[in-house]
Amino acid sequence: MGITDSSIANSIRTRPGLALVTGLGILLLVDLAAKLAGLSFGPLGGSLSTGRLGSNLWNGLVIGLVIGLAGIGLSMTYSILSFANFSHGDLVSTGAFTGWGVAFVIAAFGDAPFRALITVRGAGSVTPGQIGAHVLTTPVAVLLGLVVAFVATALIALALDRLFYKPMRDRSGISLLIASIGVALVVRYLLQFVYGSSRRGVTATVDASNLVFAPLGLSVNAHQLTLVVAAVGLMLAMHFMLQNTKLGTAMRAMADNKDLALVTGIPAERVVTATWLIGGGLAGASGYLYVLLRGTIQFDFGWLLLLLMFAAVILGGIGSVYGAIAGGIVIGVVFTTSTVWIPSDFNEAAVFAVMIVVLLVRPEGIFGGVSTA
Amino acid sequence: MSDETNPETNSETRPDGGSEPDSDNHPNTGSDPDSATGVLLDALRQSDLGLVMVTLLLIYAGATLLTFTDGLNSVVGLMRTLTFLGLVYALSALALNLHWGYTGLFNIGVAGFMAVGVYTMGIVVRSPDPAFGPPGFGLPLPVGIIAGMAVAAVVGLLAALPALRLKADYLAIVTLGLSEIIRLTLQSSAFDTFLRDTIGVGTGGGRGMGMPSNPVRELFLIDGRSGNPTALGDAVFGTLGEGGIGISNNILIGWGYVLVLAVFLVGFYVLLERLGHSPFGRNLKAIREDELVADSLGKNVDLIKIKVFMIGCALMGLAGILWFGSQGNVSPTPQFMPLLTFYIFVAVIIGGAGSNTGSVIGGIVFATVLFEGPRRAGAAVRGVIDAPTPPSFADAVASLDPVAFLAFATDNVAPLQFVFLGLILILIMHRRPDGLLGNRIETAAAVDLTERSRGGDRDE
Repeated sequence: MGITDSSIANSIRTRPGLALVTGLGILLLVDLAAKLAGLSFGPLGGSLSTGRLGSNLWNGLVIGLVIGLAGIGLSMTYSILSFANFSHGDLVSTGAFTGWGVAFVIAAFGDAPFRALITVRGAGSVTPGQIGAHVLTTPVAVLLGLVVAFVATALIALALDRLFYKPMRDRSGISLLIASIGVALVVRYLLQFVYGSSRRGVTATVDASNLVFAPLGLSVNAHQLTLVVAAVGLMLAMHFMLQNTKLGTAMRAMADNKDLALVTGIPAERVVTATWLIGGGLAGASGYLYVLLRGTIQFDFGWLLLLLMFAAVILGGIGSVYGAIAGGIVIGVVFTTSTVWIPSDFNEAAVFAVMIVVLLVRPEGIFGGVSTA
Repeated sequence: MSDETNPETNSETRPDGGSEPDSDNHPNTGSDPDSATGVLLDALRQSDLGLVMVTLLLIYAGATLLTFTDGLNSVVGLMRTLTFLGLVYALSALALNLHWGYTGLFNIGVAGFMAVGVYTMGIVVRSPDPAFGPPGFGLPLPVGIIAGMAVAAVVGLLAALPALRLKADYLAIVTLGLSEIIRLTLQSSAFDTFLRDTIGVGTGGGRGMGMPSNPVRELFLIDGRSGNPTALGDAVFGTLGEGGIGISNNILIGWGYVLVLAVFLVGFYVLLERLGHSPFGRNLKAIREDELVADSLGKNVDLIKIKVFMIGCALMGLAGILWFGSQGNVSPTPQFMPLLTFYIFVAVIIGGAGSNTGSVIGGIVFATVLFEGPRRAGAAVRGVIDAPTPPSFADAVASLDPVAFLAFATDNVAPLQFVFLGLILILIMHRRPDGLLGNRIETAAAVDLTERSRGGDRDE
């Protein structure tokens, strides 16, 4: 006992920031427990129904899965290409627009002008209700849209690499970061030019699309469920690819130690190509799924999500694919659950604050310093 | 325009593959220019002030060409707008250059620090009466400006703490996150209410805050009311204004403010030049080149970083005040988005990080040629085209008519302008990572070591 006491005292002395953060975390948990129990002592406690907490956690998990899915590509470019890619958020938007364009065409071909469908209602006048895209009524269209989002964004990501990043492969991370800001501007505003700048509805409303889990008071809608299934499926595929294929081994080797990987004869350019294809594809798919969840689309929504993705990737330990997924879920939960304590216009700020605190007290990420994909 | 297309043509049209030493990268050593224009450019490169003046004159000439048919007021008004934008971007770029160019700190939270400066100034100066929007403390303007700089410096201190331990790309994300936290906080109505309940001042939340009246206006007009000029106002309006050659009084007052900005710009420039050449400045450059070496040589790297962060952020706060404080109304969301930071970054990169003159020219070129230029040129081209604008891109493509497509493109020049901006940024990173003026980065050493080693190479 004496030993543990002194080791705790020691760690407080050496890492005061970590101790402070842990203390704050424990305080919040105690407060949460008190709120749930309906007790209140001093500034702590209050009241909070389990139903509200449950739906906060569930919404957080759903958003977190999207952020985590998008974060995989961000993390991979960081570990394999060694730069923070600021254009990743706009790949997310690219996937959403290309995917939903095709999903609309399949869902309502002949019922509405083609150009209105392919531009996701950018041209012509047609309402989401007339198109009727919903996973319960037009499952094939929604699924094929997801596939198109993945493929199209993968190809666009690869094209961007060949055009803009490949000529500067050997440059410093900061030069690439600045170039990626340029790429982000190009992609985002080409999207605005082609698809228009308005925020618009995408999915149709369908009666009886909510499942209610009575005991928890949770209401789960079909799109959330679709998102969870698709995101988890893609993550499992990613896991299988990384662990069981030669390409996955090569990627992990490149992420772990680039020089050593090159010495052992790993074809670096091929791994880089695969990184853009997979990372871009996952980004596109996550953008598509995010629009499925939210029901609206706007040309810069991916850019607005980018900082959340960075937060997820940093939280999980930058460069780690599994960390990005876990970090995404934590970020999602913080995003929705922080409203228990603070006004809802601060929840995004809370996420960034968590990110900054993690970078300060534990820059290797909360899940330890594994940088291997 | 010719100024920023130069580098690409330079490096692309060199047919022999560039076997001769790249003379544009070393303007001070490239001693054998091969043409008369080369001699002229070389002479200009020696004189930084001349370079700034020539840039401005080129821009004025372009502005005159675009608007001379609309009369004197249009020409002078456009020149005023362009000069204003050029100066405020130059001011911001100079402040950022202290972080990024001199010290190598990748701070992309500039918009946040500017917002802190502007909002603090607004809160300190605004009238305490809540009848006129968010209440303030009602103190004089100079107090407000100093308070704005001080609070921005304190926030800079907070931002410097991560800078002490993070690598550049992490620092970028942290500062971006911080600037978003600042923006979301100012945006929040809960924060506004909280401030009103505790210290009796407000931010106005998402609706924003009106800025105090511009003291320059009061130099020309008594109490800022039109039709009631001061002695100075009488003299100026009588000669140049509506009583003289006919320039609108408001444009003249705008020019008065531009002169104030120019004075501030000179002040920033002198301050940063002196700072850069002081022992402290050499420490900054040493940290930029190799932090470990600076640390090993006994420099207190942490303290230096904290100081430079505070100075830079105070200057960003001041630049923000000079810029947005003169705009009548500020609100967090359109004005202090991260995009603003990237604009300023592009300005620094165009001019070449590490060079103060480069930052000034970068700011002016960015604001006029890249930011305002495409907009004005697009509008001018649109005026010539005689065709209705298709309602959307898809309609423009479906019409299969190049004129209709051009009409659509020129009517929607705003997104294309950003695409253009992004391409310029990428091109500069590809071809001219040192900026348009070439390698003007100041060396960390007190004496120029590159001169001697290059001389040695040539002798062999």
